[in-house]
Amino acid sequence: MEMPTPNPDVLRRKAVVLQRLLQVLPEDAVIHEPSETRAYECDALTAYKCPPMLAVLPATTQEVSDILRICNEEGVPVVPRGSGTSLAGGALPTADSVILGVARMNEVLEVDYDNRFIRVQTGRTNLSVTGAVEEDEFFYAPDPSSQLACAIAGNIAMNSGGAHCLKYGVTTNNLLGVKMVMMDGSVVEIGGAHLDSGGLDLLGVICGSEGQLGVVTEATLRILRKPEGARPVLMGFDDNEVAGHCVSDIIKSGILPVAIEFMDTLCIKACENFAHAGYPDCTALLIVEVEGSEAEMDYQLSKIIEIAKRHNPVELRESQSAEESAKIWLGRKSAFGAMGQLNDYMCLDGTIPVSSLPEVLRRIGEMSQDYGLPVGNVFHAGDGNMHPLILFDANKPGDLEKCEAFGADILKLCVDVGGCLTGEHGVGIEKRDLMHHQYTPADLEAQMAIKDVFDPNWLLNPAKVFPLDASESRRAARIAAE
Amino acid sequence: MNPKTEAELAEMVAGLKEPVRIKGGGTRGIAGPDVAIETSELTGITLYEPGALTLVAKAGTPVAEIEAALDAEGQQLAFEPMDHRGLVGTSGTPTIGGVVAGNVSGPRRVQAGACRDFLLGVRYVDGMGQVVKNGGRVMKNVTGYDLVKLMAGSWGTLGVLTEVSLKVLPKPEVSATLAVQAPDVTTGIAALSAALKSPFEVSGAVYDPNNACALLRLEGFAGSVAYRSDKLKSALAGFGDVNRIEQSDTLWAGLRDAANFHEESGDVWRISVKPSGAPEIAGRIQADRTLFDWGGGLIWALVPDGTDLRARLGAFDGHATIVRAEPETLSNLGRFQPETPGLSALTRGIRHKFDPRGLFNPGLMG
Ligand SMILES: Cc1cc2nc3c(=O)[nH]c(=O)nc-3n(C[C@H](O)[C@H](O)[C@H](O)COP(=O)(O)OP(=O)(O)OC[C@H]3O[C@@H](n4cnc5c(N)ncnc54)[C@H](O)[C@@H]3O)c2cc1C
Repeated sequence: MEMPTPNPDVLRRKAVVLQRLLQVLPEDAVIHEPSETRAYECDALTAYKCPPMLAVLPATTQEVSDILRICNEEGVPVVPRGSGTSLAGGALPTADSVILGVARMNEVLEVDYDNRFIRVQTGRTNLSVTGAVEEDEFFYAPDPSSQLACAIAGNIAMNSGGAHCLKYGVTTNNLLGVKMVMMDGSVVEIGGAHLDSGGLDLLGVICGSEGQLGVVTEATLRILRKPEGARPVLMGFDDNEVAGHCVSDIIKSGILPVAIEFMDTLCIKACENFAHAGYPDCTALLIVEVEGSEAEMDYQLSKIIEIAKRHNPVELRESQSAEESAKIWLGRKSAFGAMGQLNDYMCLDGTIPVSSLPEVLRRIGEMSQDYGLPVGNVFHAGDGNMHPLILFDANKPGDLEKCEAFGADILKLCVDVGGCLTGEHGVGIEKRDLMHHQYTPADLEAQMAIKDVFDPNWLLNPAKVFPLDASESRRAARIAAE
Repeated sequence: MNPKTEAELAEMVAGLKEPVRIKGGGTRGIAGPDVAIETSELTGITLYEPGALTLVAKAGTPVAEIEAALDAEGQQLAFEPMDHRGLVGTSGTPTIGGVVAGNVSGPRRVQAGACRDFLLGVRYVDGMGQVVKNGGRVMKNVTGYDLVKLMAGSWGTLGVLTEVSLKVLPKPEVSATLAVQAPDVTTGIAALSAALKSPFEVSGAVYDPNNACALLRLEGFAGSVAYRSDKLKSALAGFGDVNRIEQSDTLWAGLRDAANFHEESGDVWRISVKPSGAPEIAGRIQADRTLFDWGGGLIWALVPDGTDLRARLGAFDGHATIVRAEPETLSNLGRFQPETPGLSALTRGIRHKFDPRGLFNPGLMG
């Protein structure tokens, strides 16, 4: 993976930048020793590492503003960071950058049940947002599998999803407002406790902009009352195609489950060994979850089971208890960890139209043979968001490159059947150079024009999202201007 | 100007010498330059996959055509776009492009989301005459910046939409409405809030001061609606008498379209506020008639012609938009709420990038 050459002028001025940052931040909020900056050298895409020049850990919006103003004046690139769980290299530093971590900003600022929102600082973890309202029977809906660790900051930047977004939507559908610091240090507030924008929907653009438009320090999030209950049913099939048809038939029947998750043989086995969830031995496994009162769940599940039976399942099991439900989900949510025990893996995130599912799975299987690398599939079947996990050996020369080429082929396939490169993990550096496959130059220009407006000097997380060749003139203009 | 294809439209825009009005069905009361670019030839549903809950249509496709196609499969546009014709006094055929350009969303917005939440992808022609696409036809897509949301509610000021893809949802089997007699706005909004805070999945929450009545809609499978309406009924008993109305589709269509305001003369505004703040805001504006949708978060207000409602409002968290007024009032006050300097600079910057010659619906949004 190519990264731009660090700007030697910036590296030379490290001491000056450090001095200026120390004037606005407490000493323990500025990390500059190479032994310590290494803690920020990568995110969850661990194949790529590069320690930043400096890292800062502000505690207030004012401090964030001071940091950005100084970095803007000094021409130093800034890489915002939440918890560093990005799988796309979104928080990967460059050697000439300052990592701005919001982890110290994790307060709950306001909880308002009458208006159904919570306002938090964005360093707060996803799960602890729900934690703050759970006692009162409320929850924050987007639930990425990384929810114990990942921060709202990263969720907003990546527009993260989760298993339950078929019903509740992804981050952008649950975000009501932000406080954001612009690269010049100015602070803007967008949205709030009211709905929709009175002008252009800037909030909609900021969500999913991968830390390239501003540093989000506070967020107003929609919270919902917990349903009375939730219950999954497990279904096993001997054939991927049949499982795919079953999903489509459930959706067509008028039932909208909160989640429909799919796993193939390799993942089923790995998860079962890891979490002992009682998964059957089969080719394709579906977890379908419904919500509501006992009677409502019974009714929906009976309809779902009736549809499933028409597809000759090898296993059909409704959860009988809260413990069993938890176990079923534990298996699914630990899929990445379980696969990690088999070997190193690369996790992809393309989305396809649900109708192309059988074809895409077949083609992935063929490619797996050609590349000689095993692949497991786990994904959100209701919305077509796939997570092929390619197993490889990082210590074996050439394996990573082979794995990346395989991954790129899968993602291109996703685009070719009418889908996209990434459904919830973001582009980062990982899919950056594949953007040409999905977008024309005019499509990319329109997106980059937004960054021109928010961050005219291209200092915020500049080497991400857009193919390096597409963004080069903009990044070069900044360096030339210094 | 009435292009037959997207390519023809692109060529037309590239050759424009003067500003134009972008016209879908022309039903939403948006005025502008005499010359209009129309989308009435860019029509047709290009893809509909009920099993994937997705529909793609050209921008000029009549909303009615889309709704009929969805209806045949037991599906619907869950964001329930209103029909502006009765309120604004327009004729013509509402198009899906107009719905998207205006982010037009009805009562179900409070539960299901707005039009922007269901918009999966767009194609449009920008002010340079270039065809741009963003998003796609799949439900989960974070590939690059989300210009889809930006185009929703941009009222034609950033580009001419040519095609949109939408997430659709199953149509509920049945619906029922609970009517709570609530003597005043404060009680009414409190009742709506109590219902929206419950686990009973309310899909419409309106307070109508004219009838001193809070209306709560429940939708879904028959058994489920029966169960939830019983539960909710007892939960709301403390606010006033609760009655159950069957067959309430016409009622909700009327609420969606602000039917109560159609025959009344005066200007009509929509104010988006924090729901619990609605009673206080209503006190400030002294409107001749109000209706509270979205649990109180959306106030419809009728005021005498030319009233500067924003002056009555003063500073508040939210925004006020004119839906119906004389052209003079619209040009004096501006249809949309002025933004803070920081946001207004961003908005202007974006518009300048997308439409550098200022061709599309000039003066409409700031
Ligand atoms: C095991 C595992 C499971 C996962 N499961 C899911 C899943 O189910 N669904 C899903 O969507 N993702 C998933 N992810 C990916 C990841 O957790 C999400 O992308 C998450 O939102 C990243 O949050 P973070 O706080 O760790 O962000 P980081 O990794 O720190 O940063 C992510 C991006 O956000 C930007 N950013 C960070 N803070 C700010 C800020 N304050 N302002 C502006 N930009 C900022 C960064 O620059 C970067 O581009 C998973 C990851 C792992 C490791």
